[in-house]
Amino acid sequence: MIPELGQFALALALCLALIQATLPLLGAARGRADWMALARPAAAGQFVFVAIAFGVLEYGFLTDDFSIEFVALHSNSALPAFYKFTAAWGGHEGSMLFWIAILAIWTMAVAAFSRSQPDEFVSRVLGVLGIVSAGIIAFALLTSNPFVRLTPAAFDGNDLNPLLQDPGMIFHPPMLYLGYVGMSVPFAFAVAALLTGRLDKNWAKWTRPWTVAAWVFLTIGITLGSWWAYYELGWGGWWFWDPVENSSFMPWLMATALLHSLAVTERRGIFKSWTVLLAIGAFSLSLLGTFLTRSGVIISVHAFASDPTRGLFILAILGLICGGALLLYAMRARYLEAEGGFKLVSREAFLMANNILFVIATGAVLWGTLNPLIIDALGLGKISVGVPWFNIMFLLPMLPLATLLGVGMHTAWKQMAAEPLLHRLRWPAAIAVVAGIALPLAIFGTTSVLTAVAVTIGIWVCASAALDPVRKLISRTGGPLTRAQLGMCLAHFGVGVFILGATVASAYNLEFDTSARPGDRIQAGGYEFVFRGLRTANGANFVADEGEFELRKGDDLIAVLTPQKRVYRVQQTPMTEAAINTNLARDIFVALGEPLGDNAWSLRIQVKPLIGFLWLGSALMALGGLLAVTDRRYRLIRQEQAATNAAAQQTIGAA
Amino acid sequence: MTPRRQRMMLIGLVLVGVVVSATLALRAFQENLVYFFSPTQVAGGEAPERAFRLGGMVVEKSVQREPGSLTVHFVLTDFANTVPVSYTGLLPDLFREGQGIVAIGQLQGETFVADEVLAKHDENYMPPEVAEAVAKARGAETQ
Repeated sequence: MIPELGQFALALALCLALIQATLPLLGAARGRADWMALARPAAAGQFVFVAIAFGVLEYGFLTDDFSIEFVALHSNSALPAFYKFTAAWGGHEGSMLFWIAILAIWTMAVAAFSRSQPDEFVSRVLGVLGIVSAGIIAFALLTSNPFVRLTPAAFDGNDLNPLLQDPGMIFHPPMLYLGYVGMSVPFAFAVAALLTGRLDKNWAKWTRPWTVAAWVFLTIGITLGSWWAYYELGWGGWWFWDPVENSSFMPWLMATALLHSLAVTERRGIFKSWTVLLAIGAFSLSLLGTFLTRSGVIISVHAFASDPTRGLFILAILGLICGGALLLYAMRARYLEAEGGFKLVSREAFLMANNILFVIATGAVLWGTLNPLIIDALGLGKISVGVPWFNIMFLLPMLPLATLLGVGMHTAWKQMAAEPLLHRLRWPAAIAVVAGIALPLAIFGTTSVLTAVAVTIGIWVCASAALDPVRKLISRTGGPLTRAQLGMCLAHFGVGVFILGATVASAYNLEFDTSARPGDRIQAGGYEFVFRGLRTANGANFVADEGEFELRKGDDLIAVLTPQKRVYRVQQTPMTEAAINTNLARDIFVALGEPLGDNAWSLRIQVKPLIGFLWLGSALMALGGLLAVTDRRYRLIRQEQAATNAAAQQTIGAA
Repeated sequence: MTPRRQRMMLIGLVLVGVVVSATLALRAFQENLVYFFSPTQVAGGEAPERAFRLGGMVVEKSVQREPGSLTVHFVLTDFANTVPVSYTGLLPDLFREGQGIVAIGQLQGETFVADEVLAKHDENYMPPEVAEAVAKARGAETQ
């Protein structure tokens, strides 16, 4: 009975989403306040029913209700409780419900924090979000219902894919979805503004914190995914240009461009139509990502389903929503005239370069991701695109972008003379070039042109990002930096740290496969690995062979590493659980391969310098974004408005 | 030069730059494409000299290890033809006899020398290319 309640709740949510998608929009067009007033209650009601549906599914998982097909396929009574909880988004149907729930959360947040904005605008924003929501809920109900019953009920479940039984899985999908789906908010703002015909600085000011918030989640989500792949997929890589990775990375690239373009629109009131296009583009890429991962055109750990009707349905939603938005844009673009100019050396010019380079990078990734699918669909053969191509096509726009970033941060709006700029940046530039060439040589003994260039750029970005905060700290003149400025410096510093990590970890990665018997000693990268032996280790739902390795440097014992080879009981699938010893300077990674007979095992050993900088750099980017969102001026908009609202209330009360 | 001519020059230069870089990117793209071939195609001599992807089922009891090294030999089949494969390194967790896999590497004589072996997903899974190749080979047999 309870699962049917979930399905019923979802159907009610669809009805409310349809109301939210129609009446407020019509009301805004016709100036009917009573229709517009439906937007917030409809959104709230939808949120409640989606929450009930999601709660019912979770209840099914936690109580081992194997009469629900989705639960039976993705859980097992022996599965630890928190994996039962996360298994709800470990399969196609549940993850679509999760997508809907996240959209409902964003919608509620918009409804709650938009009291300061004109009703007409808010009803349009919520109306657009309602259209998206109605599309996805209909998709879930018609093609991917998580509440379908299994008759007769299964005695026990099929268990969650062992790869997903990991703490990283608890946070990666929610963060990623919050980011992915959060792109619907700037999209809705853009469409609403196109409908209203008013795209001004205020619109940019409202859109910006939402975009940054979604971007922060997306950054964290992608980083967690990459980190998870690094330690859980077993073999120490952190980015594979896999279509599924790309489908979350493309919205990120576009959203990053959007952030920067919004800065120009907010400050100067220009780049408007470009900003709108980016907002539409970022959400379209999010939907495209949903299509790629959920339609079964790509097979990977993420792609659960291969039902062609699902793919067509998502493609139709994608076409309707994005096609509609683009059509509207085409009709309204001529009203989006710019009102100010700028010179070649100005913040605007650098941000324009940023946007162009980000769009080029997105285009390259998009091309490399879609091309094999198109060729396959046309029956012209099965191809895959080599990783080197992606690396080159990504680095080509990104290296100049990072170089320009350091200059752009210190350039004034409108125009600036080149001389003070050069004067200001001469020290960071000199330090970066010297250190970029000398440091790798001094520490690792060798370098290459690309390594020297990339390390130089990494240090350059860090140095130019740190310049302003450090100066303020020393001279103590002028006011303190605002949170937005500090956030920008921190995020850019994170970019530099990330570049250093990516470069050094790729260029000086030591990796080899070998075979060893208990008692063997292996030398690698100045470390000694002593294979002490194997034992059996059992978990709740798996048995494992656990190797024991002493990690030594000289006479010191640094750590005892215990990599495992697990076999999960239900699915009988083996899994490599690598052991990693981490500090800021390097990761040491040992993974068990398989028994080679005669007591020997194959092993993979890796020493990865500075790989921690990848996660640190990404975390700094996210933290910078978080600082920027909490900037005073965004709180001020709300407070000012709250004050006027309160005043209005009083006059009404007095009357 | 008049401002108008200057602007035209600038636009012209940008266009040339875009065309040149797009051409280079597409050429690099062509060179980095890795094609998929089935054992039947390899047996028919269709496979190129450069690296490609080979997919099929690992033949039962064909996996042999070279003692004292990480080198493995096995045979891939699409149930019409077979190709011997050798690989040095760690095999993925889900590699086993009877499982559909994809190997990336080059032909050296009759043997396919793999740099990478991919076997993902659950025990029922077959890489879609492999499934299609097997279906094709079976179809050809029955005709």
